[in-house]
Amino acid sequence: MSSIFESQFRASATKLTADLRHRSLIRKALKGYEKSRDEKKARFQDWEAARQAAAETKWEAINHLDKYLSEFADNLARRGAKVFWASTAEEARNYILNLAREKQAKTIIKSKTMTSEEIHLNEVLAKAGYEVVESDLGEFIVQLRDEAPYHLVFPAMHLTRNEISHLFHEKLGSPETDNPEELTMTVRRDMRIRYCKADIGISGANFAVAETGMIAITENEGNARLTTSLPKIHVALLGIEKVLPKLSDLALFLPMLATVGTGQQLTCYNSMIGGPRQPGETDGPEEFHVILLDNRRTHLLADAEQRDALHCIRCGACLNVCPIFRNVGGQTYGTTYQGPIGSVITPHLRGLRDWKHLSFASSLCGACTEACPVKIDLHHHLLQNRRNAVVLGTGKLDRIAFRGFAFLVNHPGVFGVAVKAGRLVQRLHRLIASSKIDPLRAWTASREAPVIAKESFRQYWKSRHK
Amino acid sequence: MTISLFIPCFIDQLFPSVGISVVRILEKLGHKVDFDESLVCCGQPAFNTGCWNEARDVAIRVVDGLKNAEVVVIPSGSCGAMIRVFYPEIFKGHPKQEAALSLAHKIYEFSEFLVDRLGVVDLGSRFPAKVTFHNGCHGLRELRLKQQPRQLLRHVKELTLVEMDDQTSCCGFGGTFAVKFPMISTAMGEAKCASALETGADFLVSNDSSCLMHLQGLLSRKKEKLKSIHLAEILASF
Repeated sequence: MSSIFESQFRASATKLTADLRHRSLIRKALKGYEKSRDEKKARFQDWEAARQAAAETKWEAINHLDKYLSEFADNLARRGAKVFWASTAEEARNYILNLAREKQAKTIIKSKTMTSEEIHLNEVLAKAGYEVVESDLGEFIVQLRDEAPYHLVFPAMHLTRNEISHLFHEKLGSPETDNPEELTMTVRRDMRIRYCKADIGISGANFAVAETGMIAITENEGNARLTTSLPKIHVALLGIEKVLPKLSDLALFLPMLATVGTGQQLTCYNSMIGGPRQPGETDGPEEFHVILLDNRRTHLLADAEQRDALHCIRCGACLNVCPIFRNVGGQTYGTTYQGPIGSVITPHLRGLRDWKHLSFASSLCGACTEACPVKIDLHHHLLQNRRNAVVLGTGKLDRIAFRGFAFLVNHPGVFGVAVKAGRLVQRLHRLIASSKIDPLRAWTASREAPVIAKESFRQYWKSRHK
Repeated sequence: MTISLFIPCFIDQLFPSVGISVVRILEKLGHKVDFDESLVCCGQPAFNTGCWNEARDVAIRVVDGLKNAEVVVIPSGSCGAMIRVFYPEIFKGHPKQEAALSLAHKIYEFSEFLVDRLGVVDLGSRFPAKVTFHNGCHGLRELRLKQQPRQLLRHVKELTLVEMDDQTSCCGFGGTFAVKFPMISTAMGEAKCASALETGADFLVSNDSSCLMHLQGLLSRKKEKLKSIHLAEILASF
């Protein structure tokens, strides 16, 4: 039985794969990225060695999370930050809700954080009556459209300038334009007031440095700086896998993330935040709350085979090279994290039974694994998820079919008879091929079926050795 | 040397000329070719669908059958990857683990065998046509074969090799994926065909017949003139 999530995935994939406008839009958008990514990769003395070093650093951090997370938390607490360990999404949401209530907050501004998408924070805050605004341009656009981000780095990459102009015209009353600067200025004007008005600023974090007790945020619009410094209260929400042992690790991770994330040498703004306003300081938030979210990440940590999936720095490199992602689009996945990394980790975070289909919806081409800067063995993890799904007892029909198949190929005599029958059936099949009653329609709807040869290789070999 | 040939099930039944070409080439180079008719399939379809036990049932026969082989050649990067990369996975902790590892070490994809093992790039072939080459992903990323087939093609007389855009992107076949998610598989294949057609080539060449089966299916449906052909069939034109 397929889950509702699988049905939704199939329906959306059917629509998007036939949408040639979408196909060429994404291809065009990624062409520019590919070029600048490769230029920036070439600036590394040895990109492969950099990947290896990054993978080893993340391995160290993930395999000693207990040590590095408490070091991170202790250092933060020493400077007056409040650290909250949230086991579940609900605990994290409740912490933020209670804080907002206690501080009698009215408006909340956010900078881009996929972790807040993961815990569905916006819906909960809006339901409780708070005004929540996304300050990242792409996130703001998808928020106005009331939809999920398309891509974990480029939330609105599926939209054209024209569509964005219409949206702003409709929702913000701005004049139609195809000038990107004007579009940005529209949001900028709107947003500046909101930063000053907001009672709470919520951000994510790209990295959590244990050695110094700091979060690092990397961005291009400056909105995260404003979100984390203007409101009186700053809440940072981050998954426990974000930790890095040392400050000097950023010397590798910041350029690496920028290179494969956006094709930049470094992003325009890189902030490090280690506490609330300290005595004698003139600015910065009065309170700094750091929420460390588990939400079943420890479930993945317990899986030695796939633990390296926690190395992920959410750069989006695997999405950008994934032919599945490029054809079905990010929103088809129905997950917080799209593309190969989403297909690997979602079954761990939200259940294999409901999300196994994502691991099967792959040609296993391995482009993701090759692109991953921290060397997560992505496409092999998809194979392991498939195996785990079968072990779980799903896909019974596949199993029966492959038992039959194993019997057939292990009994060459029977196999020979089956092939002869196949030749006969193929002649009959031509009459119904690609019609609605064709049992092979999954193949023949778009492709001609291959023809069984008159003489197989085996027959050739036999006749040759008579 | 004596070379044991492994002919995957779909090559045996659908593309026998690929196997025949391999035999002709290896014999031309002065080697003795051995073929065990009782070995039909490597088990990859089951493995890729998550049925590792069923895959192992098939693989045991292959491991036993090729136990005494000096060297094994397989004209498919995909099945080659199954045996070299994934047999060690499915035999972890199994009594036949050692035998599986030993097979993994002596199996070669066809172009890899010619170039890397035998050091042969020029077979004296002649194929007057413009061709473009598609890397099967398993050969490309599991076996790291990118230049070997191209080196061989460059030495074919009167052949022009033109590279297509996005040359390393997947064709969308992916085994059972092609029928489990035909809409995605088809969209990927269409993109690949478009890149191949853009080159103006007469032939679309690959070292994997499974990719070609899928791409040829799409091309034939659209009545395109571009024809698919396996690398071995070109090299056997002497």
